[in-house]
Amino acid sequence: MTDEPRFEHPPEERAPSYLAESHSLRSWFFTTDHKRIALLYLVSITLFFLIGAGAAALIRLDLLTPQGDLLTNDGYNRAFSIHGIIMVWFFLIPSIPNVLGNFLVPIMIGARDLAFPRLNLLSWYIYILSGLLTLYVVVSGGVDTGWTFYTPLSSVYANGAVVATIVAVFISGFSTILTGLNFIVTIHKLRAPGMTWSRLPLFIWSHYAVSIIFVLATPVLAITLLLVAAERLIGIGVFDPRLGGDPLLFQHLFWFYSHPAVYIMVLPALGVVSELITAAAHKRIFGYWFVAFASIAIAVIGFMVWGHHMFVSGQSVFASAVFSFLSIAVAVPSAIKVYNWTATLYKADVAIDAPLLFALGFIGLFVAGGLTGLMLAMLAIDVHVTDTYFVVAHFHYIMVGGSVTAFFGGLHFWWPKMTGRLYNETLGRIAAILILVGFNITFFPQFLLGYQGMPRRYHVYPPEFQVLHVISSLGAALLAVGYAMPAFYLLWSLLPGGRRAPANPWGASGLEWTTSSPPTKHNFIAQPVVVRQPYDYPLAHPASRDDG
Amino acid sequence: MAEGGVQEPFARAARQREAERLGMLIFLASEVMLFGGIFAAALTLRLEHPAGYVDAAHHLKLWLGTANTGVLLTSSLCAALAVQAARNGQARWAACALWGAVALGTVFLAIKGAEYAGEYREGLMPGMATTHFEGRTQQLFMNLYFIGTGLHAVHVTFGLALLAAAALNRSARQDRHAMLIGNVALYWHLVDVIWVFLYPTLYLAGVR
Repeated sequence: MTDEPRFEHPPEERAPSYLAESHSLRSWFFTTDHKRIALLYLVSITLFFLIGAGAAALIRLDLLTPQGDLLTNDGYNRAFSIHGIIMVWFFLIPSIPNVLGNFLVPIMIGARDLAFPRLNLLSWYIYILSGLLTLYVVVSGGVDTGWTFYTPLSSVYANGAVVATIVAVFISGFSTILTGLNFIVTIHKLRAPGMTWSRLPLFIWSHYAVSIIFVLATPVLAITLLLVAAERLIGIGVFDPRLGGDPLLFQHLFWFYSHPAVYIMVLPALGVVSELITAAAHKRIFGYWFVAFASIAIAVIGFMVWGHHMFVSGQSVFASAVFSFLSIAVAVPSAIKVYNWTATLYKADVAIDAPLLFALGFIGLFVAGGLTGLMLAMLAIDVHVTDTYFVVAHFHYIMVGGSVTAFFGGLHFWWPKMTGRLYNETLGRIAAILILVGFNITFFPQFLLGYQGMPRRYHVYPPEFQVLHVISSLGAALLAVGYAMPAFYLLWSLLPGGRRAPANPWGASGLEWTTSSPPTKHNFIAQPVVVRQPYDYPLAHPASRDDG
Repeated sequence: MAEGGVQEPFARAARQREAERLGMLIFLASEVMLFGGIFAAALTLRLEHPAGYVDAAHHLKLWLGTANTGVLLTSSLCAALAVQAARNGQARWAACALWGAVALGTVFLAIKGAEYAGEYREGLMPGMATTHFEGRTQQLFMNLYFIGTGLHAVHVTFGLALLAAAALNRSARQDRHAMLIGNVALYWHLVDVIWVFLYPTLYLAGVR
């Protein structure tokens, strides 16, 4: 056994790929193949990204002038609410887990599919149902509560389709929980022979950590939104001070979910970057266990820091101090990852392809977002910049600069595997740099704006802020071009005559690169057996260094 | 593939059983977190209005709640007996025990419904005129009571459907059958455990 090649290499690759196997609509909409469901998710989240980005464009256009010439006050509130709700629940949360995770989790551990394939399809249909409801909300005029649904604004004063929005987000939670459940069971029960826990790719570790949050945090959001809807419909009063209820209870429950939700958005990105960095460096990851357990530590500590969203809510100073300490502590595992990626790249023979450029961009933006997060965890600074553009810039550095950049990096890295086609590498590199530059021009001025006192969620502002707002809006235009580019050259690669991808175009380790591009319906011709450590560069098995 | 009754993507029946059990346990963990929100709200209410909370709880029909606790615990016992019977291959006994659990669960809902009807006549339902309440804290408590027990009753109804489906299931393979009953019974026990926490939180809080 020990002298066998690392993976059983398919002797014959004539079996049709999962894409070529059948072409009917039925075979897509009733598929239980995790790879096809991943593509269904890819198409759906892209549509929601476009809607959320459209709302962002309205916001940035409106902010070009200090008087708010484009939108009414209410219209502006609705634009940023829809932007937040769609980007958080219908794009960022499902993005990496449901597209890349769905596609890769079974392949990376050598399984034929997720543990519950029909549940996986159900989870997509639930997502679509909640998405359609959200589209109804958009068409019927939207909501003005912001994505946070704070009471009593949401329960008493807000006008607009509040209940419909709440129901949509509530339903989408079931999709999230089912996905998390599926991932945990799959990782526990369907690993290939020899795929021990110490051989799991770090992508799997981060998806394991995020699944724990999916399963344990999402139901808290569900009950909270249920109580808000009941408050609005029949006035149950739990969050209403007129009855003796407590509006702050809403904030506690909401952030008990929504702070871990930040880690839902960034943990999968950390997993993607670990894969991109090792593949580009062709080196074993520095400190495998530290990176793996940092994911678990972030998931666990992330449940205990929600109070840092409430430093100015009137909670006790003692509680604030404890939450401040814990929020600083959660930066430690994040920093460990950054150090270990850097150490992995140190003295490596680095291949500077688009995925690496995205990964490097991620590291820079994640560090900037993380360090400003440390500033916000300090009580004194947070009180000064609460509800300003400083906070807006901070979380966009993490969620857009971090998660979205990693999503694009991962999409480029695994595109050959998912579609069997190679995209234009030059255009890929240009897009990666354009996104990095455009992002910084958009969001760095917002740090300055916030520190000088520009409040978030206002569209009428003193004229001295206009210069920075105009720079930010111009950056957003550049960023939009950067995000639009991949849509063209990735789709271009799918046209007949596009270059075919070999099984392992990057010379990367990992089970997914040992099967054909695109894989067959059951991922592998024969059950793979794993006998090596993860990231065992240089690759031991010559056949896995396939250059086409 | 090797064994009968094994579904994609599993190669062995034993592994599939482990996966189904783990999946159910994870689902139950998420249910616990769902009800956690209700208990957090109850705790907040009680901390902010200690005396009013106890007064309001005193107005609940303690004996109905206590009877229901007994009914639901016995129903859970039936489900546990069904699991034992199914594991021993006594499919007929298992079905009988499951129908017993369904019957007792229905009794639970009937008692709960009678209790709700009484509270409706007294005008204590959410959204009704506030004049029937002795104070705002009682109104708040009753609203929380309806949300908490109502959400629990939804779970009871769903659990009854699962129990009935398991009782009607005529799976050829004994181990698949036992696994199905085992997982349904696990869900039913959780519904039971949630009630075991709701009962003291709402009813026993009023005992002086």
